[in-house]
Amino acid sequence: MNSLLRMENITKIYPGVVANDGVNLEVTEGEVHALLGENGAGKTTLMNILYGMTMPDEGRILWQGESVRIAGPKHATDLGIGMVHQHFMLVPRFTAVQNIILGTSPQKGPWLDLKNVTKQIQKLADQYDLEIDFDTEIQDLPLGMRQRVEILKALFRGAHLLVMDEPTAVLTPAEVETLFQILRNLTRQGHATIFISHKLEEVLTVSDRVTVLRDGHNVATQITREATKPGLAQLMVGRPVVLEVQKSPVRPTGKTVIDIDDIWLEREHGRDQLHGVSLRVEAGEILGLAGINGNGQRALLEVLCGLTRPARGRVTVLDTDVTGRTPREVAALNVGRIPEDRTTMGLLPPLTIWENLALEAYYREPMSRWGVLRPKVIAEFARKLVQEYDVRTPNVEVKVSSLSGGNQQKLILARELHHEPQALIVANATRGLDVGAIEYTYQRILERRDRGAGVLLISSDLEEILCLSDRIAVIHAGQIMGEILAEEADRSMVGMMMTGTRLEAIEGPALPS
Amino acid sequence: MLSTFADIFLTVEFFSASVRFAMPLAVASSGEIISERGGIVNIGLEGMMLAGALGGMMGSFYTNSPWVGMLCGILAGGLVAAIHAFMVVTLAADQVVSGAALNIGVLGMTTFVFRAVYGITERPIVAHFEAWPVPVLSRIPFIGPILFSQIPLVYVTYVVVALVSVVLFRTMWGLGIQSVGEHPRAADSVGLHVDRLRYMAVILCGFLAGLAGTFFSLGQLYTFIEGMTGGRGFIVLAVVIVANWSPTRAALVALLFGAAEAVGLRLQALDIGIPYHFALAFPYVLTLIVYAGLAGRTRMPHALGLPYVKD
Repeated sequence: MNSLLRMENITKIYPGVVANDGVNLEVTEGEVHALLGENGAGKTTLMNILYGMTMPDEGRILWQGESVRIAGPKHATDLGIGMVHQHFMLVPRFTAVQNIILGTSPQKGPWLDLKNVTKQIQKLADQYDLEIDFDTEIQDLPLGMRQRVEILKALFRGAHLLVMDEPTAVLTPAEVETLFQILRNLTRQGHATIFISHKLEEVLTVSDRVTVLRDGHNVATQITREATKPGLAQLMVGRPVVLEVQKSPVRPTGKTVIDIDDIWLEREHGRDQLHGVSLRVEAGEILGLAGINGNGQRALLEVLCGLTRPARGRVTVLDTDVTGRTPREVAALNVGRIPEDRTTMGLLPPLTIWENLALEAYYREPMSRWGVLRPKVIAEFARKLVQEYDVRTPNVEVKVSSLSGGNQQKLILARELHHEPQALIVANATRGLDVGAIEYTYQRILERRDRGAGVLLISSDLEEILCLSDRIAVIHAGQIMGEILAEEADRSMVGMMMTGTRLEAIEGPALPS
Repeated sequence: MLSTFADIFLTVEFFSASVRFAMPLAVASSGEIISERGGIVNIGLEGMMLAGALGGMMGSFYTNSPWVGMLCGILAGGLVAAIHAFMVVTLAADQVVSGAALNIGVLGMTTFVFRAVYGITERPIVAHFEAWPVPVLSRIPFIGPILFSQIPLVYVTYVVVALVSVVLFRTMWGLGIQSVGEHPRAADSVGLHVDRLRYMAVILCGFLAGLAGTFFSLGQLYTFIEGMTGGRGFIVLAVVIVANWSPTRAALVALLFGAAEAVGLRLQALDIGIPYHFALAFPYVLTLIVYAGLAGRTRMPHALGLPYVKD
């Protein structure tokens, strides 16, 4: 196989951090090359260098055998390198066609003849078997299709090498399957792909070779067929990793801690609505709520936390009716809430650690007296939690924005779990965390459950749902598609419910007639 | 009473006046729409119109040609807009603050320049636009006298509105402008020059605002008066929202406001016992009512008002 791309001895130093330290990467014609590594291992920096977004301090890049200095994204595109960013670079209010042609000259002259261009693009889509709705605005397309728009956008610009940054993070299991099919198709037609991921399963399924990065070094390049899951995990993390979460069997208590009874919430826009959702979480169990993001999870979370009043229905937490209560009233119950977005919902990044840890209790004794804060008490409290939850920081005066994602997560866990809540609401808590931090979060959640708390685990990560839950419910378009016991659940079944098939419909045909 | 009403409002003269009052709003709206579609709020429109009014008057004063005056007005508007573009694109300053500062600055500056050049005793009357009926078209019954017996600036406006509409929605450049107003990072990622496009959008807006300003000095009063645009720049901001950022719809909405202005003037002439100030306030009150009624129901460009800073 001919070498398409060689990155040799790439070094990039940011103030205080060596992001890439003599990294080598070689991609041959027509292969899917996985780039595996944890957050901060240097994958993104390497790809930014390849795409011309930043210049390496040392090293050189050979493209089709010739040494090149990639000056910018435009240059990279002209060479035949296409990038599908993790956060899609699509204009939400443009159609697929408008997005695909943006920044190119599809026709002679300044005019834009959409009909004609659409035909041209449709032909290209057919060639690669990409199913795309061209006339609908991007914001109304499912994420999987948006990704196909990005792929087609790169191909339209003549991409020969496609870089896909964490492409499966936003997809449903069925969409992941489609994506892999597309990648195989591209390979058959001579395109090469760099598949950036930290999910071992997927790397093993889809790639031909895999290069592992750790702490800015490349530790290995292997042929995927000869690689194993534990082997890759160890290369990636640098120590043997326990891939399975140790979980004690569930002990039913029969005591309801969270009771969501027929909640309705309708909004003018979008699919984040609730149409009669009912769920019950018992003490000592984890109820996983699976679903693709944007199917009502956020609405449910807002109702549970007192941010939004439902149109109908009732929510009872720890025997208290919290429907329409304020967030502070809900917080005053023995409830822990780990929100889905650390930096916008969970923490106030510009404030210090002690301020963030005091957020839920600063207004009452002992943190304040007569309406005046007592910094000494709060600082003492903060220092204790920082130590207990192993937050890596020089002191509690540090701004939260300067902490790593994993340490921010520990802060939230500390604030929400230190009072030993009997009810715990967790939403997509591990998104963007690396393996170590995920392990830690899982342990803490399981620990609460083992001590008798009822946990509602909202997650779009099927892996996470399957690995932690005792029971699994699936939400789609604001309705519960079904509830099953975790040991009876299989991936494809949950996946089907996530895309809108009801449990009865799945089980129905399977019964012997 | 009823017949008086019909006599005053359902006449060719009334509709013709509505069109005359509407066109400066329409042409400035087209400009504001380009700017806002590109992500830049330009509340300095009032100042740019005022600069256009003075520029137009002075250009005509020195050359005795209203057409040269018009060009000078357009350039004067563009010049003020270039300052706005520098402030909000290059320096990433707050767009509302910059626009407000320009409004105040230009009001003072134009007054100062006018007095320094012409003194305070007399107002020079300059060469101006006269009504010019378009051959054939002006003969169409009813429509003809209303739409095609106007000053040439009105016809220029018809062309500008159509052009802006075509350029925004039927060219690659227009697509680029829209993309930097919706999602500048995406535009940047495909190699478009966000800053350059935004500069162009803001300065084009300045040109059209300047053109709008010449309506007042070269089409209505034939001289310059301090603050003669009278807050119409702010009405335009409302027109743009009501029109949901479409140039052709903006022209129609502008007609509504033009009619309101004509109604105000006629109510004043009627002398029906209400102080004429109320009548004159009519278009502004209408602005508030329409604005309140539509709040939150329109589709504003997604990145409107947000500076784009590369990382």
